Amino acid sequence: MQFGLSESQEFLKDSARKFFAGECPSAEMRRLMETETGYDAALWSKLTDQGYTGIIYAEEYDGVGLGKVELMLLLEEAGRALLPGPFFSTVVLAGSVLDAVGSPSHKKKYLAPICRGEARATVAILESSASWNLRDVQLTAVNGKLSGEKLFVSDAGVADFILVVAGNGVFIVKAKAKGLKISPMLSMDLTRKLCVVEFKDTPAELLGPTTNLPRAFDIASAALAAELVGGMQRTLDLTVEYAKTRKQFGKPIGMFQAVQHQCADMYLETESSRSAVYYAGWALEENAPEASTAVSIAKMYSSDAARTVGNRSIQIHGGMGFTWENDLHLYYRRAKASENAFGDATFHRERIASLVIDAPGVTAKSA
Amino acid sequence: MDLKLTPQESSFRDELRAWLANNVPKDWAEWREKPLEESFPYLRAWQRKLHDGGWAAVSWPKEYGGRSATLMQQSLFWEEMARVEAPPMANSLGLGLIGPTIIACGTEAQKKRFIPKILSAEEIWCQGFSEPNAGSDLAGLQTEAKLDGDHYIVNGQKVWTSYGWVGDWCELIVRTDSSAAKHKGLTALLVDMKSPGVEVRPLRQMTGESEFNELFFRDVRVPAENVLGEVNDGWNVAMSTLMYERGSYGARLQLTFNRYISRLIELARGVRRNGRPASEDPLIRQKLAQCSAEIEIMRFNQMRAFSRISATGVPGPEGSIQKIFWSELNQRLQQIAQELLGSYGQLLGGDLHAVDNGLWSYGYLRTRGNTIEAGTSEVQRNIIGHFVLGLPRSY
Repeated sequence: MQFGLSESQEFLKDSARKFFAGECPSAEMRRLMETETGYDAALWSKLTDQGYTGIIYAEEYDGVGLGKVELMLLLEEAGRALLPGPFFSTVVLAGSVLDAVGSPSHKKKYLAPICRGEARATVAILESSASWNLRDVQLTAVNGKLSGEKLFVSDAGVADFILVVAGNGVFIVKAKAKGLKISPMLSMDLTRKLCVVEFKDTPAELLGPTTNLPRAFDIASAALAAELVGGMQRTLDLTVEYAKTRKQFGKPIGMFQAVQHQCADMYLETESSRSAVYYAGWALEENAPEASTAVSIAKMYSSDAARTVGNRSIQIHGGMGFTWENDLHLYYRRAKASENAFGDATFHRERIASLVIDAPGVTAKSA
Repeated sequence: MDLKLTPQESSFRDELRAWLANNVPKDWAEWREKPLEESFPYLRAWQRKLHDGGWAAVSWPKEYGGRSATLMQQSLFWEEMARVEAPPMANSLGLGLIGPTIIACGTEAQKKRFIPKILSAEEIWCQGFSEPNAGSDLAGLQTEAKLDGDHYIVNGQKVWTSYGWVGDWCELIVRTDSSAAKHKGLTALLVDMKSPGVEVRPLRQMTGESEFNELFFRDVRVPAENVLGEVNDGWNVAMSTLMYERGSYGARLQLTFNRYISRLIELARGVRRNGRPASEDPLIRQKLAQCSAEIEIMRFNQMRAFSRISATGVPGPEGSIQKIFWSELNQRLQQIAQELLGSYGQLLGGDLHAVDNGLWSYGYLRTRGNTIEAGTSEVQRNIIGHFVLGLPRSY
C-alpha cells in the first residue's frame, strides 16, 4: 500500500505547478479576471500542448488516458494558480458528462474536439430552485426542443456547445442555436463566470439518459475539491510568509501563538483536505464501491476547510488582507463559489448520511 | 499511489489473521471492565502468548525479536488486533515507546539486559517524564541526579506516570547539569523501580479512576551504566520516545472510532426525536455524517503519513497533525453521543438505566484528557508552527 504519489505523478504535479506559475501568474490571472469570459486563446493552446485538455480521456478520442489521481493533481495546481477561464467547465465537467453519458459517436464528435483544444463547453444544471438534487430538474425537452431557463451555468459565454441536463435526458445545444440567449450573472468569484442560459424553442440533440450523470458529477465534485486544496495551499503559503515577515511589537507576528496556532490549523485543514481528495481520486479511478462516499467526504471537508482557511488567512493578514490588491480575497471568492457548486458541505453530509446511516440492509428507513 | 495491499502486506495480514483466530482469548469481554490491577496478570499472559507467536513487537528489528515490519504492516497489525477485539498488551509502553528508544540509543549490554524481558512482559516499564512544574515545558524538569562514584543519586518527583503501580523499570528523565541551558543538562536513566527510596502513589483523575501515578525519588541510587544514550543528551532521547508516542497512537484508534460511530448510528435508530427516530433527524444526521467522514480522513492522513515516513524510518513532526486530529475528533464524537442520549448520557456504569454500562458518560469525561496527554494541543500546534511551517519559536 502506498498513499504517496508515484514518480510520474510527482512529475506531472511539479510540471503543472511550473506551467501555471509561468503562464498564469497573479498579474495574468487578474488580467483575465477583468475580461468578459476569462478565456484566452493563447493560454488555451498552451494548455492543449501540455495535454491538459485531454488528460483523463481515452486516446481514441484524442485524450491522454491518465487516471483520476492525475486529474486531482492537475486541478490542485490549477487551483493554486486560480486559473481563470473555462478549463474546469470544459475539460472536467463537460468532458466527464460526455464520457459518462455519450455514445462513441457523440464522443468522437464532441469529446475529441475538447481533448484537441478546439472546443469550449459547459454543462447547464441548476434552475431557479438552485437545487443540486437531480430530482428537482424541471426543464424537459419536447420534440427535440428546449424552452426554459438554466441558472449558474459556468463559462457559458465562451462555450461552443452546452450540455443541458433536462428531466428526460442530457441534451446538446450548440452556441449558435436558435432561441438561445446567454447573459452574465454578477457573482462573487471573478475568475469563473456564471451565466443565465435561456432557451426558446431551441433545437437540442439528445446525448443520452441522465442515469450516468452522478458518476460525472462525482468526478467534477472531486476535481473542484482538488482545486480548493490548491487554493488552500496557496493561501497557507502566503499567510505563513506574511507571518514571518510582518512585524508588530518588534516581533514577526508569526511568533505570537494566537497567530501561529491559526497557521497550524490551516495546515491541518489543508493537509486533511488533500488526503481526502487524493483518496477520492483513487477510489474513482478504481471504481471502488465507496467512491461516492469518498467524493462526498472530500467535497464536504474541503468546502468547509477552504472557507475556514480563507477566514484565518485574511484575519492574520490584518488590514492588508482586506485590500483589493492582495490576492487572498480572490481565493476566498473562488472558495465560496466552489463550496456551493455540486452541493455544499451540508448537502454532502446528508449524502454521506444516506450512504452510511441508511445503508441498505442495515436499516428499514421509515417514510 | 496504490492503496491495494502488496503481496507481502497481504501475506503478513493473512498469517496474523490465522494466528489470531487460533489464539485470541475468548473471555476478554468478561475481563475488560475489571480494574486493571485485577486483569493485569491476564494481560501479561496474553502478551507472553503474542511474544511466543512472534507478534509482540512487529515493528522491532528481527535481531531484537521483532519482524522488521513496515509501517503499513504495523498499521495492519493494529487493525487486525482491533478487528478481533484483542486485549491490549501488558507492557504497552515498553513495547511501543521505551523498547524502540533503547534499541535506538542504548548500549549492547542494555539491549541484551532489557529487550527480552520487555518482549516477554516479565518486566513492565513506565515513563518518568512530566513533573508538577514541568508539563508542556518538559525541559524545565527539576528531578536531579548527582554522580556519586559509579552511581547517580536521584531526588525529585514525577507525575502522570502510566503503569507506575506495576512498573518494574522506569525511563526517567533527570537533570544532571543544572548549570547548562535547560535542554542541555538532561539525562535519561533506566531506573529499577524496586530501588530503595522509590515511592509510588495513585493519582485519582476526573473520571474517578487512577490510571496514573505520582512517583517520588528520595536518594535513589542508580548505577551509572544505566544511563540511556549520552550523559546530558537526555532531551534528544526523550524526544525520540515522544515521537514514537505521537506517531503510533493514532494508528490504533481507527477501528475503535469506527466501533463508536457504528454504535452511535445504532443508538440513533432507537432514540426518538421530534416524533421520529433520531437517525432521521436532519441535525443528528449531519453530525453523525461529519463525524464518520472525519474518522475516514483520520485514516487517510495516517496512510499518507506512513507512506511519507516509510522512507526515513522515524516518525516526524507530521505526527502532530494526527494527535490534534484524533484527540479533538474523539471529544466531538463524545459530545454527539451526549446529545443523542440526552438524560441517559450522564448515567454511570453500574446504574440500572445506563446505556452501554456507562461507556458514554465515561468517554465524555475521559476524552478531556485526550487533548492534554501525550503533548497538549497547544504544544502540538507549536510543533507544527515551528518545525513544519518554519515560523519563529513562540516561547
